[in-house]
Amino acid sequence: MLFTQNKPTEEVLESLGEEKNIFLLACNGCAEVCETGGEKALSAIKAEMEKAGKNAASTVLVDFLCNKVLVATRLAREMDKIKQMDSILVLSCGVGVQAVSKVVNKVVHPAANTVSLGGLQGLWPSDERCQACGDCALDYTGGICPITFCAKSLLNGPCGGAQDGKCEVDSEKDCGWQLIYERLQKVGRLENFKKIRTPRDHSKMLPSSKLRKTSFYDIEL
Amino acid sequence: MKLIERFKQGKFVITCELGPPKGIEIEKLIDELEPLRDKVDAFNVTDLQSSVLRVGSLAACRLLKDKDLEPIMQLTCRDRNRLGLQSDVLSAAVLGIENLLCLTGDHPTLGDHPEAMPVFDLDSVQLLSAVKGLMGGKDMAGNDLEGRPPEFCLGAVVNPGADPLEPQIMKMEKKVQAGAEFFQTQAVYEVDKFALFMEKVTPVLSCGSKNGGKVPVMAGIVFLKSPAMAKFMNANVAGIHVPEEIINELAGVGKEKRVEKSLEISARLIRELKDLCQGVHIMSLGWERHISTVLEMARL
Repeated sequence: MLFTQNKPTEEVLESLGEEKNIFLLACNGCAEVCETGGEKALSAIKAEMEKAGKNAASTVLVDFLCNKVLVATRLAREMDKIKQMDSILVLSCGVGVQAVSKVVNKVVHPAANTVSLGGLQGLWPSDERCQACGDCALDYTGGICPITFCAKSLLNGPCGGAQDGKCEVDSEKDCGWQLIYERLQKVGRLENFKKIRTPRDHSKMLPSSKLRKTSFYDIEL
Repeated sequence: MKLIERFKQGKFVITCELGPPKGIEIEKLIDELEPLRDKVDAFNVTDLQSSVLRVGSLAACRLLKDKDLEPIMQLTCRDRNRLGLQSDVLSAAVLGIENLLCLTGDHPTLGDHPEAMPVFDLDSVQLLSAVKGLMGGKDMAGNDLEGRPPEFCLGAVVNPGADPLEPQIMKMEKKVQAGAEFFQTQAVYEVDKFALFMEKVTPVLSCGSKNGGKVPVMAGIVFLKSPAMAKFMNANVAGIHVPEEIINELAGVGKEKRVEKSLEISARLIRELKDLCQGVHIMSLGWERHISTVLEMARL
């Protein structure tokens, strides 16, 4: 079970910027339980988006967004629609956002912060990882996590240590920032790279007492 | 003296490096720098270079200062969180250190304590911003410092040989915006490529400036001790490429002439780089005794 909390609406809107047509994609797994995903959250965020003047008519709910096969299969039918959209707002944990960015060539934005991995580490079988930093930055990094893909968890670009696109720590591991750079270039968002990211707020990693009081949290622990 | 003053004087600035020892006998290393007193503008003191445990940069910087040699304290994000880093920056100011070089730092797995926790609470851009903040009288949490704030000249690094280069340049731009006043580069052996790099970064170097002034760049010089060292660096050090001709040039002379040849190569590089940048940073890796000779050969 992964625990997520909604990002403040202002933060989501800031990250959407000028984008008008937003495809809403929600997870019906762990996020449903945390009320950051599922039907309820989906209609709530749809209303927020429309209030802010966005076109958010297209929505899809997928049982487990961390399962890339499931995501790819379900989204196959929506591809024509998605292509016309400016970006996808993903209502899920960080793994779900990364899975979506891997199967769809579109800008993705996280709607939630992942704050705890609970007991079960999700259902993802692949290499997207989430460290539950509580301050999801995936919208600025093309849906590739700098915290988990970079050995130093750097937020403002690569160190000088990568060689031939591989990390200084392990010559068989891709440099996370090289992947982010290539991805941002591919989706036309290289300007994201230029924004100076302020230091992480590590206190956000502490799950809120509200979250800790949920029965699901108790069961996991 | 702040290094930026040297650049303002229009001088071609020369810095070299002191790597503190693994152990407490540091006097000999400092004595070796004595002949460079009037030839070198400042001495970088590394911060546990290559993630190997050594005497700290701050203590060694102060010892240089006691001898009236100008230190540049290197500060990496590897070992301290923002509390530790800010505190050490204040301590540096208290001890009279005026130049700070802010960098990410190697990962601990590359050094002699691979089991250590990598901290990286801040990255190099954020560290520059944090120091800039302290210089403005505020800590990272926005609290006021008591009394007069610290003053520093801030430096940063860039790797002109990185491939792809664009992410490096984009990060370099952030460093300028965050307060970097000079750059030192990874070792350069290909003058043509370095010229292209300097051309590409020209707009970046003036992006933070109010008066159109450009942030100065110091090209990195690493003495090639042997052809094997050159080949090792080509295979293992990110962004360093020693061209085949230089390796052959060094391999072409007998062992007894190797040092002389090596110094000749470095001096030639410095001469060729002189018109492209505003200074050189010499990383002599134990060959401190040869720095004077190279500078003479380079007519500096």
